[in-house]
Amino acid sequence: MSVVARGLSHVYGELRSLESIELEARPGEVLALVGPSGCGKSTLLEIASGLREPSAGTIAVEGAADAAGRLSHCAYMPQRDLLLPWFSALDNAALALRNRGVGKGEARSRAGELFERFGLAGFERARPQELSGGMRQRVAFLRTLVAGKPVLLLDEPFASLDAISRAEMQEWLAGTLSADGRTVLLVSHDLEEALYLADRVLVLSARPGRVVKELRAPDPRAPDRDGAVTDPEFVAAREAALRALHQGARPGPTPPGGPAGAPGARWDGRGKGEG
Amino acid sequence: MSRRAILRLVLPAAVIAALIGLWQIAASTGWIAEALNLEAFLVPSPAEVGDALWNNRAVLWENAWVTLREILIGLAAGILAGIALAVAMRFSRLLRDAVFPLSVAVQAVPVVVIAPILVVWFGFGIWVKVIVVALACFFPILVNTLDGLRSVDPEAVKMMRTLDASPTAIFRRVEAPTALPYFFSGAKIAVAVAPIVALFAELAGSNAGLMRLIVQDNANLEIADMFAAATILAVIGVLLVGLTALAQRLVVTWR
Repeated sequence: MSVVARGLSHVYGELRSLESIELEARPGEVLALVGPSGCGKSTLLEIASGLREPSAGTIAVEGAADAAGRLSHCAYMPQRDLLLPWFSALDNAALALRNRGVGKGEARSRAGELFERFGLAGFERARPQELSGGMRQRVAFLRTLVAGKPVLLLDEPFASLDAISRAEMQEWLAGTLSADGRTVLLVSHDLEEALYLADRVLVLSARPGRVVKELRAPDPRAPDRDGAVTDPEFVAAREAALRALHQGARPGPTPPGGPAGAPGARWDGRGKGEG
Repeated sequence: MSRRAILRLVLPAAVIAALIGLWQIAASTGWIAEALNLEAFLVPSPAEVGDALWNNRAVLWENAWVTLREILIGLAAGILAGIALAVAMRFSRLLRDAVFPLSVAVQAVPVVVIAPILVVWFGFGIWVKVIVVALACFFPILVNTLDGLRSVDPEAVKMMRTLDASPTAIFRRVEAPTALPYFFSGAKIAVAVAPIVALFAELAGSNAGLMRLIVQDNANLEIADMFAAATILAVIGVLLVGLTALAQRLVVTWR
């Protein structure tokens, strides 16, 4: 297994953001996590990446359970592209190599090789602020890939894009992931995106996030996105996920150990730390 | 150049030229002297100031060079010390807590008080002025650079950590570039303050420099010569501010 979480919980002050998460991702599998805002999806990725420690339970990435080990196996693409405005697109993409002490020339040429494939040829020297939203997102993804880690953590990669560019980028990412074959944890609040890109989808409840349903995607990363998402099987899967999402969003019975009416047990529709 | 860029060069020049022209007329016809009830020689016209600039060029240049050196060396020392301390405080919370209040206290003591004391200790030479200018420039650089270093996007730091960045790499590639525009805000203040402070320090005791020249001319009622020295000071001020703005434009290319 590439990523394994057992009884993973996270408490942030008074706020219980994740509770008893169990998940497994096989090597090369794309696993999506969907849930309402504030259900701790982003926290889960930060824990997986080694930026945070769980409050209880364990998580191992490529067999490494400690934060430093997870950090060395995961490449994390945050919600915002976070491209550094003082570097060119090429230097942004090459950041991981430069951080590891690779010389400027070599880092640039290694990152530059991928620009063509990512539809970014000719924009190597452009500053991020000169690029469109979709291009920025591709540079950010490229930066994540160039890091060369076996596990990719994608946190709502296309949340900031308009509907049309988002559909295009999903299709593009589907192609890239099929060709790349890395293990991916994808966080999304968009069921369609999750069911289209992932092999399996885990539906999380409102805070504290628990896995309430697991779904198998009917036709992961189909070349024809528009055809795939209108397929009856896809629509049925999406409805099942939506139902699970709605059930999970209701302030259900108080989970064991949680005091009734505590801030963590309520769902107010928005969470801290998630946009 | 765009129409707007041309206007931005032409307009200030036109305003200055118009004012000089008005002054020339008002002074050469004796209106100002009459209105102030003064002898005419106490109200020099721009032409007379121009003559003074040319005739005293050797003395003016000699003393301007002294003042300019005080300003530049003081600025350089203040900027370097400000950056160094800001970076050190970024890496050591303990140092920041220990030294920051002292920096504020030093800043709060006026130059007019410090300068005469330093003159007693170090004499009339250039170093008192350099120290005072450095002290005055150091604080805006320190405060602004420190602010800049602390305004780093924490998400960008997380992103860098997942890309195997060491603290040094994070400093070089994220924190330092983030702080640069802030540093330049501080530098603009420092550059505006430095000439004033240098003149105050010269006033406290000096054997050369533009302020010393102005005091001498004042005693001799050489008003045109005073205007000539003031003109040179104005040019120095404009050049310093202009060069700082230019440096900012060349370095901070992403804004």
